[in-house]
Amino acid sequence: MSDETEGVLSRTQRFAVPSWLYWLSARLAAGLATALAVSILVFGATQALPSDPARVILGPDATEQSIQTLRRQLGLDRPLPEQYVHWAGRALMGDFGRSLESDQPAGQLVAERFGNSAALMIYVLLLAVPSAFLGGIALAVRRDSLLDHWLMNLVILLKALPAFVIGIGLILLLSTTVFRILPAVSLLNPAVSPFLQPLCLILPTLTLVLTIAPVLLRQVRTAMIEALQTEYVAAARLRGISERRIVWRHAVPNALVPVIQGIALMSRLLLGGAVIVEAVFSYPGIGNALNSAIEVRDVPVIQAITLIMAASVVTINLLADILTVLVTPKLRTPTNAGSHPGTRAQLKLKAGPT
Amino acid sequence: MSRVSHSLLAQPQVRLGVTLTALVLILAMIGPALAPVSPQSMVGPSYGPPGPGAMLGYDYLGRDVWSRLLHGGRSVVWMSFAASALALLPGAIIGMVAGFSRRRLDHAVVWATDVLLAFPDLILVLLVVSMLGRQPWLIVLTATISFLPGVIRLARGLTLGISSQEYVEAARLMGYPYRQIIVHEILPNIAPPLLVQFGIMLTWAIAIFSVLSFLGYGVAPPTADWGLMISENRTGLMIQPHAVIAPVVMIGFFALGTNLIAEGASRAKARIKPRRSAARA
Amino acid sequence: MSVLPSEACLLQVRNLSVSLDDGTRIVDDINFSVQSGKILGVVGESGSGKTSIATALLGDARDGAVISSGAVLIGGRNILDLGAVELRHVRGAVVSHVAQDPALALNPMVRICDLLDEMLFTHAPELGKSERQRRIREATSEVGLTVTPEFLRRFPHQLSGGQQQRVLLALAVLLKPRVIVLDEPTTALDVTTQARVLETLRDLSRHRGIGAVYVSHDLAVVSELVDDIMVLYAGRIVERGTREQILSNPLHPYTRALLEAAPDIDGEHAVRPIPGHAPALRERPAGCEFAPRCARSSERCSRKPELKDIGADHSISCHHAMATPWLAERQERPAPMRRAAAALATLSSVSAHYGHNPVLSDVDLELPRGRCTALIGESGSGKTTLARSLVGLVEGARGSFVYDGRPIVLHGSRSREFRRKVQYVFQNPYRALNPKQTIGDILRTAVHHFFSIEGAEAEREIASSLTRVALPPEIARRHPRDLSGGERQRVAVARALICRPELLICDEITSALDVSVQAAIIDLLRRLQQEASLTILFVTHDLGVVRAVADFVAVLQNGEIVEHGSVHTVLENPGHAYTQSLVANSPRFRR
Repeated sequence: MSDETEGVLSRTQRFAVPSWLYWLSARLAAGLATALAVSILVFGATQALPSDPARVILGPDATEQSIQTLRRQLGLDRPLPEQYVHWAGRALMGDFGRSLESDQPAGQLVAERFGNSAALMIYVLLLAVPSAFLGGIALAVRRDSLLDHWLMNLVILLKALPAFVIGIGLILLLSTTVFRILPAVSLLNPAVSPFLQPLCLILPTLTLVLTIAPVLLRQVRTAMIEALQTEYVAAARLRGISERRIVWRHAVPNALVPVIQGIALMSRLLLGGAVIVEAVFSYPGIGNALNSAIEVRDVPVIQAITLIMAASVVTINLLADILTVLVTPKLRTPTNAGSHPGTRAQLKLKAGPT
Repeated sequence: MSRVSHSLLAQPQVRLGVTLTALVLILAMIGPALAPVSPQSMVGPSYGPPGPGAMLGYDYLGRDVWSRLLHGGRSVVWMSFAASALALLPGAIIGMVAGFSRRRLDHAVVWATDVLLAFPDLILVLLVVSMLGRQPWLIVLTATISFLPGVIRLARGLTLGISSQEYVEAARLMGYPYRQIIVHEILPNIAPPLLVQFGIMLTWAIAIFSVLSFLGYGVAPPTADWGLMISENRTGLMIQPHAVIAPVVMIGFFALGTNLIAEGASRAKARIKPRRSAARA
Repeated sequence: MSVLPSEACLLQVRNLSVSLDDGTRIVDDINFSVQSGKILGVVGESGSGKTSIATALLGDARDGAVISSGAVLIGGRNILDLGAVELRHVRGAVVSHVAQDPALALNPMVRICDLLDEMLFTHAPELGKSERQRRIREATSEVGLTVTPEFLRRFPHQLSGGQQQRVLLALAVLLKPRVIVLDEPTTALDVTTQARVLETLRDLSRHRGIGAVYVSHDLAVVSELVDDIMVLYAGRIVERGTREQILSNPLHPYTRALLEAAPDIDGEHAVRPIPGHAPALRERPAGCEFAPRCARSSERCSRKPELKDIGADHSISCHHAMATPWLAERQERPAPMRRAAAALATLSSVSAHYGHNPVLSDVDLELPRGRCTALIGESGSGKTTLARSLVGLVEGARGSFVYDGRPIVLHGSRSREFRRKVQYVFQNPYRALNPKQTIGDILRTAVHHFFSIEGAEAEREIASSLTRVALPPEIARRHPRDLSGGERQRVAVARALICRPELLICDEITSALDVSVQAAIIDLLRRLQQEASLTILFVTHDLGVVRAVADFVAVLQNGEIVEHGSVHTVLENPGHAYTQSLVANSPRFRR
């Protein structure tokens, strides 16, 4: 008495390699197209939209002469598409022109500040991700308990408050009125690596962690609760598998996908939050650099920073999608296209919307 | 509908949220009428402590903090509501159409939202504001554009889920016109989650607009504005914290209140289950 | 099957009750026992509580429910008395459970080998690697899985439905339990696959001395497999006895009604629905639960009947046990076979693809006017595709379609008149109606769209179409969520009927419904056919239903029609090998 034949497998082996390769190349192409569109958007907002960027930059009191010089300097007298290609080409090499304020290469300026922000983000991620992940799992397992109830209230509170409210609140709490242990302003010594000046980093890190971790924790908890309510978990329980094994071996892998997507979403929040937090704590990072550049309309620096930020988001999303496929067996291994032989599944054929 | 609002108000968090939001809204709207002195006039010492006639003390220019607080909510409130409302309807429509139509249009919409979503909310607004100036309507419009992709994605996702339901197929088979299907079959079923999303967007909007004025891109001084007050009086945090605490608390209440209502709404929706949910009958 | 002393029985259940947290009883006072090597069939429709009993045998109750009283004795030991740790040891090793839907019961992230290893690690951690492998080989070969190392490394979605179910069976027998509880394990499977899995189950119980409890709603499947049968209604046992007793001479009115409502491929009796419907959990009457639907109910039925022994191994819970033998009461097949008629619709050389795979190849089908044609096939046969191509839902369908003498494009825009004349009813009644509209709204939109009538005239149409499907007109004010599955399906049929169609396409419309509800729908369709000479295309996988409802049948295999003819001819004398195997493998009542 044999089971169903190898027909299933042989039919699928023919499609094994091409199917996910197609997906990967399509996804990469989409990512590139997005990056391209993002660059056009940045270019458009900074050079194309304002009717005369040079005039805007120099302000109403500038002389005609200086405006013309700037125009030639920025290449604004050439047709727009040509300007874009020129600009994009150089940007790919890391050359963003010279800062209008300090006359240093914009790219170099940004790179210096970038290190400080990177240090901050690394600390934030090291703290936020594990605590949100473990916390979400712990709360899902103890769902509806008193601990769950109170912690979720706290999570909702933190999630609702804007990042700078949390930041100022922390300053009030830990720097001024209540306790006075931490500096309210993070004056980093630029000569020393930020990792060696932890005191300056604590408050900004804590603010960002409190902004981001609740969001992630909530997603983990929801995903875990759903995984724990599935049929296969119920079946595993009825087989006598221990609860601990069920949580870690059966539920957590299934909760990973929403979590990966959640982390990708966090990248957006983190970058936006960085600008806010660096402003609140006067932290000399990339967000603060953007702020000052905007104040004086230092176009090359603005372009460089916004482009880098948006490109990072696109890259992180791409990595998240790839990771999702790697983590989901259903997506990375070949299956029989169409219905499941042997079962009475209903064929869903293309008819209009997906 | 009344079933929904009943289970909504039954939750203590929602009641708290409604209280906080109402408090802020009332303060913002009728506050100016209650202010004892003009928010611009300097009536006391710089960073003066609270005392009779000045409940919250004086700010860095010697202006009455309480009066400035009463005047300072208007722009945050109207801008938050405006940006959220403006994003909701077009976003829902685009999302529904994308979810319901052919693959190509849908893919194009998803890709366009991906492009916009590559920019953190604040960055996009800062970018535009820096180049084009800081007229309030421009700021609101840019914020709307940064919220749109989120609404579109949500509406699209919901529509895709509904479209696979057989009653939508049945409507198409009957030959009902597209517009009728979208308005009568799809919209009523996706409206509740979209309304919850409105509440969530409101919270984000509050965050964005208060940060913008904190950074100096909102109303110009000497107008009273909560975000602006926070940045103006920061240096005196040690001496006269009330000038900072008061606006921080107001913004916090507003954001928290709207969020609690939105959370409660999504929980209320989940609780209304059908009476019979057996797999066979 | 009276209650023997516990040493002789493998499994003994005494006074088992399961309730919701608020005290409402789901099942009440359940008593039965199972001996070694025997299979007990637990039969009931939805709401009868059979799944609650199945999980209670492992000491589990679903969320929001508790086992409120009773004992479950396996080998003399009461499972319900055990602590959490001991209970875990017992589950899987002493008593195991096989779930209904294999696709859902296997973790998509875990390989088959890991699932099997995990069982052994958990329950027998002292085993060495070679011993574990030996056990796995033993268990898998017992359930009929040919196992290669490559196979074991697969994930569940890479297996066919039958293979998945066998993996679940292997997990259940791996530790040589004494009792296996199976909760409708073949419901989600094809007829052919189901037949093979049942064979496996029979062998397992005979040869290993395992006691099994097989929970099902499908009487025909149960009749093939089990030694004893227990019938449940609204949470209580109504009748219990050996298979022969229950199937040849049921004594409880409900059992008889259930047997008469079940479609039989041999067609020895007409399908008769049971009037009324099963009470909801909180609306069960104080006396006999079946009394409101019973033709023999009387004053006495306001008191709950006790489960009494009548004869050896046969018990029944009723005040009016049927005295006359059943065979004398059964209704004879009503009308003679109807002859062929001119075709209303003709499909010729229809083909369709899904990606690179052909789904339909050169299909010819004729639908005689005023007759019911069944389209039967297993999954992957293309039967749903064929039905959907008639209403233009299949992209890339090629071929010719002639309706009432006029050619219609298989995929393209259709006229309003055509859409009106050809109506489609879907399989899943829970997704077929817009939850935000009332029944009246749904019907009103349809009738307004096609006939442009509104107001009082529209209300009259709505009321009449609801009456035709045996629903009270007041139901127009309710929302779909207030209706049961059977009622919702009737509304879907009413929506089709209100358009005055000529051709009604039913896509497995009874597959998701209980036996008695299915019988009502079949009865409804037969009536409608006679009244309005409606042409029906009935897509199904169940040959018993084909016999009950159709005049003609077309058999579809892998996208090709392999046999076509009158129901009588095809089922009595199947010509094609595939049809023969379908007929042979279909569960039927063996008495």
